[in-house]
Amino acid sequence: MGITVSLGAVLAIVFVALIGGSTPGLQYVFGVFLPYVAFAVFLVGFAYRVINWGRSPVPFRIPTTAGQEYSLPWIKQAKIDNPSTLWGVLIRMALEILVFRSLFRNTKAELRSGHIVFGPAKWLWLGALAFHWSFLIIAIRHVRLFVEPIPAVVQALDTVDGMLQIGAPALYITDLLLVASVTFLFVRRVVIPRMRYISLPADYFPLLLIFAIATTGILMRYFIRVDIVGVKTILVGLSTFHPTIPEGIGAIFFVHITLVAVLMAYFPFSKLMHMGGVFLSPTRNLINNSRMKRHVNPWNYPVKVHTYEAYENEFREQMKEAGIPVERE
Amino acid sequence: MAKESTPKEMQRIDYNPPTKGWMDTPVNIKPGMYCYPAKPEKIEDVGMPNPHKWSVTDEDWHLPADWKETFLEGMRDRLQKHRSFKIFMDICVRCGACADKCHFFLGTGDPKNMPVVRAELLRSVYRGEFTKAGRILGRLAGGRKLTPEVIKELWYYFFQCTECRRCSLFCPYGIDTAEITIIGRELLNLLGLNINWIQEPVSNCYRIGNHLGLQPRTYKENIEFLLDDIETYVGIRINPTFNRKGAEILFATPSGDVFADPGIYTLMGYLMLFEHIGLDYTWSTYCSETGNFGFFTSLEMAKRLNYKIYAEAKRLGVKWILGGECGHMWRVIHQYMDTFNGPADFLEEPVSPITGTKFENAKSTKMVHITEFTADLIRHGKLKLDKSRNDHLRVTFHDSCNPSRAMGLLEEPRYVIKSVCNHFYEMPENTIREQTFCCGSGAGLNASENMELRLRGGFPRANAVRHVHEKYGVNTLACVCAIDRAALPALMNYWVPGVTVAGVTELVANALIMEGEGPRTKNLRGEDIPGREEAGNV
Repeated sequence: MGITVSLGAVLAIVFVALIGGSTPGLQYVFGVFLPYVAFAVFLVGFAYRVINWGRSPVPFRIPTTAGQEYSLPWIKQAKIDNPSTLWGVLIRMALEILVFRSLFRNTKAELRSGHIVFGPAKWLWLGALAFHWSFLIIAIRHVRLFVEPIPAVVQALDTVDGMLQIGAPALYITDLLLVASVTFLFVRRVVIPRMRYISLPADYFPLLLIFAIATTGILMRYFIRVDIVGVKTILVGLSTFHPTIPEGIGAIFFVHITLVAVLMAYFPFSKLMHMGGVFLSPTRNLINNSRMKRHVNPWNYPVKVHTYEAYENEFREQMKEAGIPVERE
Repeated sequence: MAKESTPKEMQRIDYNPPTKGWMDTPVNIKPGMYCYPAKPEKIEDVGMPNPHKWSVTDEDWHLPADWKETFLEGMRDRLQKHRSFKIFMDICVRCGACADKCHFFLGTGDPKNMPVVRAELLRSVYRGEFTKAGRILGRLAGGRKLTPEVIKELWYYFFQCTECRRCSLFCPYGIDTAEITIIGRELLNLLGLNINWIQEPVSNCYRIGNHLGLQPRTYKENIEFLLDDIETYVGIRINPTFNRKGAEILFATPSGDVFADPGIYTLMGYLMLFEHIGLDYTWSTYCSETGNFGFFTSLEMAKRLNYKIYAEAKRLGVKWILGGECGHMWRVIHQYMDTFNGPADFLEEPVSPITGTKFENAKSTKMVHITEFTADLIRHGKLKLDKSRNDHLRVTFHDSCNPSRAMGLLEEPRYVIKSVCNHFYEMPENTIREQTFCCGSGAGLNASENMELRLRGGFPRANAVRHVHEKYGVNTLACVCAIDRAALPALMNYWVPGVTVAGVTELVANALIMEGEGPRTKNLRGEDIPGREEAGNV
């Protein structure tokens, strides 16, 4: 059901954008109005979600310790997996965010003739890494369509990405990687029974949406060519707040930009917010120095306790008989 | 029921879930998989909300009239108080990395025991009741409404989680099911839906001072019985003190060590170790419990029980606190105590009176773990040891969940064991250290009525023990946790007969060459040490 609904939604978006992109009167709506609204929703929504998380305090210091604690001087500490300094945490977080450290640990448990055996399971890590990095690089590459002159960094990235020099225009490595990895992430959800069991429409939809974004982008670049100068005019117009739509831009462009707009607008309301959340996760971004430095809970409040006095009052006689010292005879 | 099913039958587990979605599968509460409800009077004892009589197998759990508002209000409140909870409700991408990391999933094959689904049980309520998308789109946005049926499901599965955090280790965002279970159980406690195996110890601990409800006289007498045993097997009379003001160190340990086999042998070990080094320390009957079952009901209750440790240290005027072998006790001490009840500015930064070592890593809580303390003693050559007394033991070490994943105490106990035993073998790397498997009975689930759950939950751990048992002839499973000591023997008897469970300090004491000792032909359990029956003192 989740797959059908998600696929239906993505196809509907494509269909509507196709109509809009082919109708001169509607091109402005799909090429200017929607992207602006979507971008605003993305920025405001993202910021709102992060601030909203930030408004809830971190009452306790609860890092997941993934290695040896800071201990006696002759015991080797796992300084990154169990950080006792800010530096350790920064490196731990960098590894989590840039190379998915925790996911790299992944294993696969199987039952073989009554024994649980553990095998390596690096495919998810690899697929996720390929997906996120290629998506990021593609997004950065797109900067050249929004600004003039093109920054040297973007130009360099473009050159590296196209270094295979296959075909003209040159094939990008990241295009291949993105399509391959998003397909992998989708297929594993469908094929692996356990994954299918836990997957919701909210899991299929972003994958299908991104797949559609990638394919329309590739179609536009290699197969259904659009007027690239006209496209750049539109995008520079958007980024400089002088929006304009030149004549003769193919509908495929409007499909592509609409899909991206939907992704941006959908982002803050979805699980895609893990992009912001990963930075704030208290089990990863805290220093494990709970016994060295007191962590203060802003909403700590006094609680009802059973005092020693109450205890002795109840047990005084037997304590005396048992030869246990008491405060009051 | 477990009693009737053999290990061979029990390890036939299917990890493939049914095709029918979990939201469409009503909870199926099975005997042997749950604990009995908390008795109302035990809830009243500590003034927790909504004590009432109910039965798990009844259709109607007699929820209070405003149960729904109470639960949702409690949830709203906790979303505002815990950033962890809010983020963990929001950012799971259901990547599945945690699925086969849970010992309960691996032992039962129940798809709702996958950590991701366990969290989704509550997350779906969060989406359905708190988010706009969920309120409008319902199922389409993965949301559902809170019904009595959902409450039952939450109860069943939050009491099938031992808060061990193994899933959190593998999560790309560090989502911690333990955190979700802790809060989930808090919410259930608002409705009076605790289990008695937790609630009764909480009540006992609050008023009497320890889970088992040992009154001061009994507590002292129990320890004195063990002193008799030490005299019998070691030939030395030890005279510890209780509630003594002016001692340098307060020693606090879980009451399981005072009462139950094999915990008592660990306690004998403490007594002998401290005697051996001439430690100026005292026991306390008021603070006679460091394991904190309150932690399995609500953070507030955890704080109320934890209060006693600092209060007693202050009253007795000690310099610092030494803590015994216990799992979740150390999580509470390491990650919560200072925040709950600190600052402990009436204590001094811990320094070993024997070696002069400063315990830098405990300078704020002022509480040191026994294996940190012992490792330091051994390192400085302060213990006279005869390792060969443990030569008949082939030892492996079980990392308890909390010291490993909520503290990072990995090397210290290993160093101690290797210093007192010649034959030490590690279990496979995916089952130890930070990846260790829970005993399956933590977080207050070591009752007898849920034996099948315990045996199943303990299967991954037992499976790794079986591996080294077959490969190296391992016959001793060492650990630094009182719940482990209480729970693992049953697990070993079922899955790996022929493996004994021992505390680390017990192994230390067996190797200790005490001043003025008699012939050490027996170990602390009164068993003959092989090859020493006639040998006398070596």
